[in-house]
Amino acid sequence: MANYVLSVGMEVHAELLTESKMFCRCQVAFGGEPNSRVCPVCLGLPGALPVPNKHAIELVMKTALALNCTIARDSVFHRKNYFYPDLPKGYQISQYGETNPIGYHGWIDIPTEGGKTKRIKIARVHLEEDTGKLMHLPGGGSGVDLNRAGVPLMEIVTAFPPDIESPEEAKEYGERLRQLLVYLGVCDGKMEEGSMRAEPNPSVRPEGSETYGVKTELKNLGSFRSVFGGVEFERNRQIAVLEEGGEVYQETRGWNEDTQASYVMRVKESENDYRYFPCPDLMPMHFDDAMIERVRATIGELPIAKWQRYQSEFGLSEYDAGVLTAERPWAEFFEACVREGADPKAACNWMNSDFARLLNETGQSVVAHEGRTLSRVTPKHIAELTTLIANGTINGKIGKQVFGDMFESGHMPKAIVEAAGLTQVSDTGQVDTWAAEVCAENPDVIEKYRNGQTNVIGFLVGQLMKKSQGRANPQLAQEAIRKALGE
Amino acid sequence: MSSLTELSATEIGALLRSRGASVIEVAQAFASKEDTVGAFITRSAPDSEACARAQVMIDAGEGSALTGVPIALKDNISTRGLLTTCASRILSNYIPPYNAMVVDKLESQGLISLGKTNLDEFAFGASTETSAYHVTRNPWDLERSPGGSSGGSAAAVAAHLSPVALGSDTGGSIRQPASLCGIVGYKPTYGRVSRYGLVAFASSLDQIGPFGRSVEDCAHLAAVISGHDHHDATSLPTDPISARDLKTGSLKGKRIAIPSELFDDSAEPGVLASVDSAIQALKGEGVEFVPVSIPEITVGVTTYYIIAPAEASSNLARFDGVRFGPRESGDGHVNVVAETRGKLFGKEVRTRIVVGTYVLSAGYYDAYYLRAQQVRGKMAAKFEQVLSTCDAILSPTSPCVAFKIGELEGDPLALKLLDYCTIPANMGGFPAISLPCGLSDGLPVGLQLLGGISRDEDLLQLAYSVEQCLGVKITPPKM
Repeated sequence: MANYVLSVGMEVHAELLTESKMFCRCQVAFGGEPNSRVCPVCLGLPGALPVPNKHAIELVMKTALALNCTIARDSVFHRKNYFYPDLPKGYQISQYGETNPIGYHGWIDIPTEGGKTKRIKIARVHLEEDTGKLMHLPGGGSGVDLNRAGVPLMEIVTAFPPDIESPEEAKEYGERLRQLLVYLGVCDGKMEEGSMRAEPNPSVRPEGSETYGVKTELKNLGSFRSVFGGVEFERNRQIAVLEEGGEVYQETRGWNEDTQASYVMRVKESENDYRYFPCPDLMPMHFDDAMIERVRATIGELPIAKWQRYQSEFGLSEYDAGVLTAERPWAEFFEACVREGADPKAACNWMNSDFARLLNETGQSVVAHEGRTLSRVTPKHIAELTTLIANGTINGKIGKQVFGDMFESGHMPKAIVEAAGLTQVSDTGQVDTWAAEVCAENPDVIEKYRNGQTNVIGFLVGQLMKKSQGRANPQLAQEAIRKALGE
Repeated sequence: MSSLTELSATEIGALLRSRGASVIEVAQAFASKEDTVGAFITRSAPDSEACARAQVMIDAGEGSALTGVPIALKDNISTRGLLTTCASRILSNYIPPYNAMVVDKLESQGLISLGKTNLDEFAFGASTETSAYHVTRNPWDLERSPGGSSGGSAAAVAAHLSPVALGSDTGGSIRQPASLCGIVGYKPTYGRVSRYGLVAFASSLDQIGPFGRSVEDCAHLAAVISGHDHHDATSLPTDPISARDLKTGSLKGKRIAIPSELFDDSAEPGVLASVDSAIQALKGEGVEFVPVSIPEITVGVTTYYIIAPAEASSNLARFDGVRFGPRESGDGHVNVVAETRGKLFGKEVRTRIVVGTYVLSAGYYDAYYLRAQQVRGKMAAKFEQVLSTCDAILSPTSPCVAFKIGELEGDPLALKLLDYCTIPANMGGFPAISLPCGLSDGLPVGLQLLGGISRDEDLLQLAYSVEQCLGVKITPPKM
């Protein structure tokens, strides 16, 4: 069997987080009664005209800049003509051409094994309008819901020849892109609701071959796990077909989540002729330096840059930095803790362990959204807590107790410590007294120690901590026990 | 009171303000006249509430020049709750849920709708003969065509079925029927009147404009319907057209260009003679005529018949029977669409869709559509250049007077050449107006004045002065 090389082009569609649709003022939202967010424009009624949504144009430009694209100085909207029941006007307003889309010729770096990164080249980032949704009616027949028709849709297409060469890379690319879009606030990234859709185009060719194999187009992938599964399946299927002397057809294939297999949706017999031409209802767009710079200024630090900075500036591990930067609100919370004076490593540990666990258990979040309530814990709380531990006011064990209390009550750590008298006891006289008491109360253990079982020290220290209600300075407790044992 | 229908729109407006008649009285006088020319597709009884509102405006002294004046609308302008057919069977039951911007403006100024007028199906034509409903006749001779595509609106105004009307002009569809019916028709600068709600034919060429029996009436109506509209991305950010300052000004020193290409032997001798006598009269008033040559004019029709069908083929894709209008049955979506479009579009519409689809298709786009746009740009630049030193460009509006119904049916090329003089204004977005300059064989001849972009007020003033100078007062023989 020959060795085969996989190549995967990726088309990603992302619905933009705008208030209103691309060419009318209908609200953008998910769900709702079919055809409840429509007007003459998005219904494609005779005589209705499109007016572009400036915010959507800015969001695409923002994304294109973050993807290191060249921004087109002059860009037009085209009409892509075809008939389909979910397409009200008989054409989709889109952007055609190599250098006409708002952004073109960019790239994104994705992490690969061994802490390395790989650069995935991007052909274009363009703006278009979404179509409606066909639905089967309960009484038979089909209907079309045009609530989604006209929602601003951004398309991000990788360059040819494709840089993605494995199912892992396809998944990683999708996930990194999703993270970026969510970070930029341009898309909510919800694949399950269809607001982000990934369509990989895998093809295989024998190693050493210069010509690319026939690609198939995968649709209906509901997650990046499916992207991985779909690409892997297609790679194996195509190789098997070729090994048997068969031919891979250019076709659109769906993905069946249950059987973990792809199936033929439609065979592409010929290229559709979409008869693209500039939409005469819309004026050509011109983007000047001032606008591009204004949009660039809204981008902020990107996740991969944050991830690198957290390692170099705060000495965090690759893993910890990755968890902190996975979502923007989490990273911003962390940075606010540091600004409030928290030790970065300590803040990171609190956030990624106790805080994350409690938030999950209680359905809370550091930003109020989508049914999650806002946590009472602020960066000030974390900063104060880490300071109390760092300066020896309380020990780490009490810290956990304080954290639970402040998570519930929202009170500041210092106030909790003072009210409950949790201050760490570093008075050696007091600690020595406790040590003496512990030794007196546990003659059998002392006996064991005398017989050479030195590991009972830990038990005795534990007893001391218990006696102090956790407040004894652990270091001093250790020393006091050893002293009491005559070491 | 039949004499009410003899008055111009401006005169009616003044009469209403002086309480010489009531709004409803005037509207009924027009509505009760028999439509012997087949001008209307849908003739509606004057809406009593609309009349009452207009009367209140007038009584409160808030009326403007045309408040309370009746008007007819071409049936490709969307009217909320009122059938809008585009003279096509594919829209035989279509009642828009919204108003075109111009209709909202008419309503807010208290004009009274008399109904929707006939046109060539989807405005594709120059004779109103491709209407799926009926032919419209020219009030000057019922055997003859009123021209088109806005033939219904032109005939309605010429036959005094309405004092003013709105039409749409993509390649001459206001000016040519105005010329053939002996009235004034005006296409404003592209973008000065919102296209929102006008069923699109060729979006980059379409423009709504007024018909009237005088320049003054057209100017007042243009003032009502024009102005920036944020629903139309091609709308110009300019003020409404002003009609206040029309005065009997001197023509002395005006420079008017006459392109040789628009005076060649493709026009009938009678038409050329009539226009020429107008030129002589204007010379007598001190107008300086500047002979120019704009060779691009000769490829104007060819260029137009690439760009217009291309845009139309895409604009008409939405008529698929899915969301509105009648639907033919078929097996699956593709066949439903094919049956609906195949059966309910007329032959001319189908022809233009095929042509438009062809010129946009891969491999032909560069040779046809792109090339045509380049020619269009050159032609517009040449006109701009001429207009930088001249006040206007004068020519016949139509190369011929009204032709007999059916006469050009077998000669599609001849029909298309009727737009020869009018197409350049649409290509460059220029304002242009046609006004009567005389008769040839007892039929009206129109002359066209074309002005600079957004200089609509200057063009209207010039047309007003020319109208005064020529003193042509023609009305169709009694029917």
